[in-house]
Order: sequence, then structure tokens, then C-alpha cells
Amino acid sequence: MRHLDDAALSRLREAVSEPDLSDTRYRLLSVAGRGGMGTVYVAEDALLSRKVALKVLELTNAPETLLRREATMLASLEHPGIVPVHDAGTLPDGRIWYAMKLVQGERLDEALQRPPGLIERLRIFLHICETVAFAHAHGVLHRDLKPQNIMIGSFGEVLVLDWGLARLFGDGDDRARAGTPGFSAPEPHNDAQADVYSLGAILSQMQPLPAAVQAIALKATAGRGERYATVAALADDIDRFLEGAAVSAVAEGPWQKSARWLSRHRVAAGIVGAYLAGRGLIFFFTGH
Amino acid sequence: MDRLVRAFPLTRRSAIEAARSSDAAERARGLQTVAAAYWRPVYSYLRLHWRKPHDEAADLAQEFFAELIDKELLARFDPAQARLRTWLRICIDGLVANDTRAARRQKRGGGAPAFDFDSIRGDVEALQTLASPEVAFEREWARAVFALALQRLQERCKHEGKDRYYALLDAYDLGDRPSYAVLAERFGIAVTDVTNRLAWARRELRTTVVEVLRELTASDAELREEMGALLEPS
Repeated sequence: MRHLDDAALSRLREAVSEPDLSDTRYRLLSVAGRGGMGTVYVAEDALLSRKVALKVLELTNAPETLLRREATMLASLEHPGIVPVHDAGTLPDGRIWYAMKLVQGERLDEALQRPPGLIERLRIFLHICETVAFAHAHGVLHRDLKPQNIMIGSFGEVLVLDWGLARLFGDGDDRARAGTPGFSAPEPHNDAQADVYSLGAILSQMQPLPAAVQAIALKATAGRGERYATVAALADDIDRFLEGAAVSAVAEGPWQKSARWLSRHRVAAGIVGAYLAGRGLIFFFTGH
Repeated sequence: MDRLVRAFPLTRRSAIEAARSSDAAERARGLQTVAAAYWRPVYSYLRLHWRKPHDEAADLAQEFFAELIDKELLARFDPAQARLRTWLRICIDGLVANDTRAARRQKRGGGAPAFDFDSIRGDVEALQTLASPEVAFEREWARAVFALALQRLQERCKHEGKDRYYALLDAYDLGDRPSYAVLAERFGIAVTDVTNRLAWARRELRTTVVEVLRELTASDAELREEMGALLEPS
């Protein structure tokens, strides 16, 4: 047998990694990214002449049912914030693959390098919350929410990616602890509050933030019991902030309430102020 | 090494488990499999980490495998505590720390097969300035795993009358990647046949690599880690 030099070793790695798609309608174009659960390729769908993202799951010896779960879970979640799955199958070597829409855009962590305005940042955050709340309503936890797994599409659409660590509520598989340090809750991931924590950590990355939103992020990443119970409760607080209403994360005193009222009702306050000033001037000059 | 692989054909059972078996033949098979996969990394680690000259590193590596087999050290390996490669490196460190030349002379040979350290001397010395001892150890391990898998695939192709399938893989992935058209002309087959046969050979190679790694690991989780380390070295 021929000697394996470093170049041959590198070619062998490539040969063994590259999925054999000869029995499918897809042709590999390039590697889009690699993660713990698999590799995402850019591929061409020869039938429809379009590019797709093709994910090949790398779990070498896991039961096929477990491998298929990510694809079937994703396919069951039809939502504008979740990339639709077009097709799925098994490679001749047993690896599972699925094809999904190829999303062109920018990851949230990249977008935050040049942060958009506060309203736009909070709009993005609310879209993420809506998607995660939708998944929760269907019994699915994401478990690896972080800016790197959020994509802002070319038309402003917000997509939550990489559901590889997702699990069903009450699912007792052996991957109970998951996620990325800094974004995963300190306690084991076993309910919606784990995703709430990750969302709070994402929100705190969206700097600069006013004090009230900072307080919302702190409440979302607080210990269990003090944290928002659901994603909807977290999103409601952001909505309340945008409407100028009191947020549950801040206990307001009378002065803060007055300042927020004035800030929220500037026009009315201006009219009343102008009226009172006019009456004051009349009184001053006429004595009546 | 080729001789070693033929003498101890690999099976799908974990060599780690086999090395702890009460059956002496099964135990020997497991130990020999581990030795076949690790003699190169062990030699490179002794050369690069412990900076041993060639003769001394070869002696120590030979002694290491003799001890591994004679003292049945693998029975003490606990997969829950460390990966096999990490554990082996710790064992080597212990061996070097306690080394005496007189003891080595007595132990030389033992039950271990004789490895051809001269044949890899140049490769390891070339790594000396390019990689840390740990990276070199991993690279030599990957080389050994692929070598074992290729050896087995070649034998299987020969057995099934598919020598030319293997020859295509050899010419393409072990060679300088000529175009499919060039390969079609060289082998006297259609380009589509090149595509199909190469796809088959690569698929079988992957399956064989997984089989080899399964033998060198003790759990599915470790197998997945090792597959990742093999394909995506840090």
C-alpha cells in the first residue's frame, strides 16, 4: 500500500466526509458551515435548478429515529421564522440528510457589529421571541439559542436556525444538558425557561439598551422563580416598553411613573402646559 | 503493519472490550489491534515530546507495547475517565519516568509484534519543526486509522473481485487527483463508471473507517468524538 503523506491524509479526510449524493437530485457546491451535529453544504437541486442548504447529520451510531428527529421536528414547525425543509433522506453510508431553503443574509452576531437603531433591534428580538414561542406551543424547545443561530435575511426576515439540539417537552433523552456557555441557563434544560434565559442573554448582547430593556434582559436571565415563566411574558414586556407602558421588570416610583407618563403623552402634556402658561400670563397681566 | 493486520483480522467488536476478555485469544486480538493503531503515535510522542533519539524511542515504544500486552495494562483503562489516546500518553509518560535501560533490555520483545520504526523515522522527524508533540500524536493516529481501513478495504476488494475499484480510489484520493476523464482513459472505462466506482469505494472506506474506530473505542459517544477528531482535527 502507498505511503500516506499529509496531502493524502487530507484528501482521505475529504473523501470520507463528503456525502455521496449520487442517488439524489442534489449536487454539492461548497461547505456552508460545520457544527457539532453535522455539516451544512450548499447544493444544487438539479430538478428545480435552485440552490439549497443541505445538512448531513454526523451522529455515527445513533438510532435512525434519533437522527431523523431534527428533520421531522423542523418539518413539523411551519413558521416564517423557521427555515422550511424541502426534502430528506438517508445516504448509502447511513447518514441522514435533509435539504432546506438556502437563506441568504447576515447572522445576528455579525449584524450587531454595526447595531441598527433600538426599534429595529427590538423588532428583531420580538421576531425571535415569536418563533420560539411558536415552537414551544408545539412542544419543542430549541436549547441552543444564540446570536450565531439567528439569521437576518435580505428582506429583513428573521430566522431561527440550527434546531439540532432541540427536544420535545418532557423528552428524556441523554442530551439533557446542551447549549453554548454564556447563552445556556445554568440549570438543566427541561422547560421553556431555559430558552427564556437564552433569549435574555441574546437581548443583553443588543447594546446599547435603555435601562428598562436592560432590566428586562436581567429578569430573563435571573434565577428560576424570578425569571419570566414564558417567552410570551418576555415578549409582552418588550411590547409594553415599545408602547411606553410600565414593564414588569421595573418597579417604578411616583417620579418614574410621572416621567414615563410625560414621555408617553408629550403632545397632551404640551397642550396642557401651554394652556396653563397662557392662563398664568392672563392672570399676571389682568389680575383675573 | 500490513502483516500485523492480516495476522489479526479486525472485527466489529471493540478491541478495548476484547483486551479485557477472559478468553486469552480474544484478549490478544484486542491488544494487537490497539498496538496496530498506536505504534506510530507512540513512537512520534517519544521522539517529539520526550525528545528521545530514534534508537531509544524505538526501544521504548517496543517496550511499551510489550508491557501493554504482558501486563495486560488495558484492563485498567476506564473509558469513563479519559479517551484511550489520552490514557496511552499518560502510560507512556509513566514508562519514561521509570525507564532503565537494563529493564528495557530484559523486556524487549515480549509478546508484542516487532514494529518497523525505521520506516516512519523520516515522517516523524519532518514533523519535529511543524507540529507540537500532541498534534503529531493525533496526526500519526489518524494516519494509522486510515492505513488500517485502507488495508482492510483493499483486501475486501480483492476478495470480491473489485481490485479496480480500489485502484481507482488509490489513483484519485491517494494520488494527485487526476480528472475523471484521465482516469477513464487510464482504466479503459466510461467516465460515469469512474464516478460510480469511486463513489462506491469512498462509501466503503467511510464504513470501514467507522468499523476500525468502533474497535478502538468503548462507547458510541466516544466513537462519535473520535470520528470528529479524525475528520476535523483541531
